[in-house]
Amino acid sequence: MSKYFSPFVIPFCIGVVLLFAICIWKYIRWYRGFDRLQRAIIKKNILSWKFLPAIWEIVMESLLHRRIFKRNLVLGYMHASIAFGWFLLIVVGFFEAELGIHGSKPFWVAIFYRFFQHDHNTFASAAIFTQVMDGLLLFVLSGIAIAFVKMIYSRIVGMKKVTKHVIFDRFAKVSLWCIFPFRLLSESVTAAMYHNGGFLTQTIGDILPFANVYVEYICWLLYSLALGVFFVSMPFSRYMHIFTEVFLIFFRRLGVKENEQKSGYTMYELSACSRCGICIDACPLNKQLDIKGVQSVYFLRDIRYKMLKDEIADNCLMCSRCASDCPVQLDLMAIRRQMRDKKELDTKNNYRYLDTVRPFNAMDRVVYFAGCMSHLTPGIPEAMEKIFETVGQKYWYMDKDATICCGRPLMQQGFHTQAADLRRKNTQLIVQSHATLLVTSCPICYQSFTKEYKLPIKVMHHTEYIAELIKSGKLKVNKDASLKVTYHDPCELGRGCGIYQEPRDVLNSVAMLMETPEEREHSLCCGFNLGNTVIELEQQEKIRNAALENLQAGNPDLICTACPMCKKAFTRATDAKVMDVAELVSRSIG
Amino acid sequence: MKTIAIIGAGPAGIEAASILAAKEETEILLFEKSASTLDNLRDKAFLFPDFSAADDLVEILEAKLNRDNIKLLSGKEVKSVTEQDGGWQLQDAEGTSYTADAVLMTTGYKVFDAHRKEELGYGIYPGVITSIDMEKKIKEGKVLNAVGDTPKKIVFLQCVGSRDEKSGNHYCSKVCCVTAVKQAIELRKLLPEVETYIFYMDLRMWGGGFEEMYRESQEKYGVRYVRGRISEAASTYDGKIQIKSEDTLVGLPLKMSADLLVLMVGMEPSEGTKMLTRQCNCADSYGFATTMNPHLRDNETAQPGLFVAGSCKRPMSLNDTLTDARSAVVKIAEYLR
Repeated sequence: MSKYFSPFVIPFCIGVVLLFAICIWKYIRWYRGFDRLQRAIIKKNILSWKFLPAIWEIVMESLLHRRIFKRNLVLGYMHASIAFGWFLLIVVGFFEAELGIHGSKPFWVAIFYRFFQHDHNTFASAAIFTQVMDGLLLFVLSGIAIAFVKMIYSRIVGMKKVTKHVIFDRFAKVSLWCIFPFRLLSESVTAAMYHNGGFLTQTIGDILPFANVYVEYICWLLYSLALGVFFVSMPFSRYMHIFTEVFLIFFRRLGVKENEQKSGYTMYELSACSRCGICIDACPLNKQLDIKGVQSVYFLRDIRYKMLKDEIADNCLMCSRCASDCPVQLDLMAIRRQMRDKKELDTKNNYRYLDTVRPFNAMDRVVYFAGCMSHLTPGIPEAMEKIFETVGQKYWYMDKDATICCGRPLMQQGFHTQAADLRRKNTQLIVQSHATLLVTSCPICYQSFTKEYKLPIKVMHHTEYIAELIKSGKLKVNKDASLKVTYHDPCELGRGCGIYQEPRDVLNSVAMLMETPEEREHSLCCGFNLGNTVIELEQQEKIRNAALENLQAGNPDLICTACPMCKKAFTRATDAKVMDVAELVSRSIG
Repeated sequence: MKTIAIIGAGPAGIEAASILAAKEETEILLFEKSASTLDNLRDKAFLFPDFSAADDLVEILEAKLNRDNIKLLSGKEVKSVTEQDGGWQLQDAEGTSYTADAVLMTTGYKVFDAHRKEELGYGIYPGVITSIDMEKKIKEGKVLNAVGDTPKKIVFLQCVGSRDEKSGNHYCSKVCCVTAVKQAIELRKLLPEVETYIFYMDLRMWGGGFEEMYRESQEKYGVRYVRGRISEAASTYDGKIQIKSEDTLVGLPLKMSADLLVLMVGMEPSEGTKMLTRQCNCADSYGFATTMNPHLRDNETAQPGLFVAGSCKRPMSLNDTLTDARSAVVKIAEYLR
C-alpha cells in the first residue's frame, strides 16, 4: 500500500470522496421528492424493456453527444472530446493499471499510473496502451482548446451568444480546464525522467529543460489539486449535469414526466442542464428584442440557486423554440409553468357559470370545439361549418354560445386548480355527448385535449381532419396551382404536438405550397401567443414582424396558418393576405 | 402669374381653390385622382349638428369651382411632388409634369378597413356593416337587415380602428361619436319602432351643438347608451348578430342580439396622403402629415411652399376641414406675396 502512496494524491482523494458523498446524498434526496405517480411509474417500468433504449440513449447523448453533433460538428466534437475522451481515459487507464500492476492497489493508482509505474514494458501490450492513453489525452486537450477559442469567438461552434456564467461556474470551468494540461505536464516530466511516455508525453518530455523529482512532484500535485477542486465544485456547479443527465435519461425513458408542481424529478432536470446556452440563440426574445437573462438556461439556473424572480418566470412566450433545440431535451415549458404557480389568487367566483352549461346528446355527431380564440376570428369556424356541411357530417358546435375555455391559457399562467375545473367540466360535456370524435380549430385547445385531458374519444386538429377528408376522397377540392402560399407552423401545433405534415398536405392539395427559410421545428413564434405577460405590444410586434418576414421571403400570394392567434397577429400587421388552412379549403370546395 | 397646385378635390381642396382663385394673376391646378370630386361627402345623407342635407353642401362646393382660373384635373393622380429651383414640380400617374409656385396637400383620409377587426365579423356576417354603409342606407331611405326585413334592433359600436392599440391607431377619430348619435336619431325618425344602442368607451361631444344632440337623442329619441366595448360578434340561426360585451358601468358581462351591428370606423390617412407625406418627409408614425407647430404654423410643412390642410393632417370633422382650408389660404397668400 505504502508503495503506492504519496501525499500529493490527497487532494484528489478528498475530491473523489466528497464528490460521491454529495452526489449520492443529493440523488437520494431528490428521488425521495418524486411524487407518488412518478414513483409508481418507475416501479412499474424498471424491469421492462424500456431499460434498453435508456442505456442506448445514455451512450449516445451523455457520452457521444449526438444531438450537439447534429446541431454543429465543431460544438459536438468539443463536447464529445471532453466527455467521451475523459471517460475513455478513465476506463482505459483502469485497464492499464490492472494489467500493469498486479495484486491489490489503491484506487488512485489508475489516475496517477505513470507516476507509480515507471516501467512501460510490464505486460505484452503495455506500449500500445501508452500510445492510446496519449492519444486520448490529445483528444481531450483538443476539446479544451476549442472550448478556449469558443470563449473568445463563439461563432466557431455556430453560436452567436453564449451563456454568461456565474463566478462559481467559471471557477469550476478553470479547474476543469487545468486538469488536462497539468496531466500532460506531469506525465511529460515523468517521461523525461523515466522514458515511460508515449508519442505525446515523451516528445514533450524530451524537450523539457527542467525535469527533476521536485518539478515532477509539484506537477503531479497540481494535477491532483485540479482534480480535487473540480470534483468538490462539481455538485454545486453546472458540471453536475455530467452524472445527472444519465439519471434523467433513465427516468425519462422509464416514463417519468414533469407534473404541475415542482418535484424531485424537476431537481434532476435542473441539474441536468449543462448551461450550454444553445437556448439563447433560439429564443425570439433574445433574437428580436435583445432581452437577456430570461432564457431557459438562466431560468433553470435561477431556480437551482433559489434566486428566481417572478418577472423572469413570466417573461417567456412559451413557444418552446428553445426546448426543440435543447440537447438534453429538458421539459422546459413544464418547469416554466411550475414556477408561475398562482394558487394563492382567489378566483372562485369567476367560474360559477360552469354549472349553468348543460350537456348535449351528440351521438353520431362530431364534436366541434372552435376555441375561444377562434371566436375572435369567426372566419375559421364559418369555414369549418361549411366543410362539415359539404361532407354531410353532422356536428355539435360545442362552444358556440356557452364558451368554456379548454384551460390551457390558465395553466400557462400558473392557474392550475382553475384549469382543472374547466377541464373537468369540458370532459363531462364531451363524455355525455356520446360522440366519438372531437375536432378543434385551435392548437392551444388541441394540445390541451391531447395532453392534459384524458378523453375517451379521438381528438383531431382541423388540419388533420381536413387532410383525412381529402385523402379519403370525401371532400373534393379544386387545386389552384397558380396560388403561391406559405405556411406558418403555430408553436402549439408544430413543436407542441408534432403536427407538421397534415397542414402541408392540405395546402398542397388546394394551392402551391412554398417553403420558408425557417419552418417546422425551427418555425418562428408569431409573438402573440398567450405565454408572455411581461413584454409590451410593440415588442410582440417586433417578434411578429420577424416571423412575417420569414413567411414573405418568397413573395407568396397568401400566408396560411392553422392557429387563430397567429392569424390575428399577422392580419394586424400587414396588407398581405392571411388565412387559416380551413378558410382556404372552404373556398376551394367546388 | 402664380400657379398653385392643390392635391385632392375634397372639401378642403375646393374651398382653398375657390378663395385662392379670387386673387388676380393666379392659376389653380386642382388634382383629383378619381373621376369625381367630393367622393366622401357624396356618401353622406345629413350633416351634424344641423341635419342639413349633404347634397346641398356638395352643390355649393361644386359651384365654387366655376372659375376660369381653376383648372380641375380629374382622374389625375399625383405621384410625385419635388422642389425645384424655388418652385415645385409635380408628376401624375401618366408621367405628365406640372410646375407650381406653391403646393397645397388636401389628400384627406380613408376609413379604417373593418376586416382588420375580424372578431367583429365584418365581411363574414351580412348583418355587420360600417358607419359608411349605414350612411348610404339612410341616404337611400331604406334600412333593412341581413334577411331583408325591417330591423328591430340596431347596435352601434364606437372606436373601431380608433383609440385601439391593437390595430395600431392610438388616436381618436373625433367624428364617430357624434356620427353615431346622428345616425341613431335618423334611424329613429325613419323607423320609429327600432331600438338603437350605442356601445362606447366614452362619448366625446366636443363640438358646438353636439352635447345637445346627445341629450336630445336620449330624451326625445330614446337612443340607449352602453359603456363597454364589444369583444366578439357571432351569427345566430335566424341571421341576427349576437354580440358579447361588458357593461362596464354595471360591471357585468352582457349578451345581446341585434339585426344590424354598425361599426363606427375611424379615419386613417388615405393612400395618397401616406405616399406624399412619406415622399416629402412630413409623415408622422401613422402616415398623417406633420406641420411646423400646432398653434401658429399648422398649415406649413418643413419645406417652404408645401402646405397641408384638412384630414391629411389628422382626423377632422367636415367643418374643421373647411376652416383649416381657409387658414391654409392665408399662409399661402403670405408665402406668394
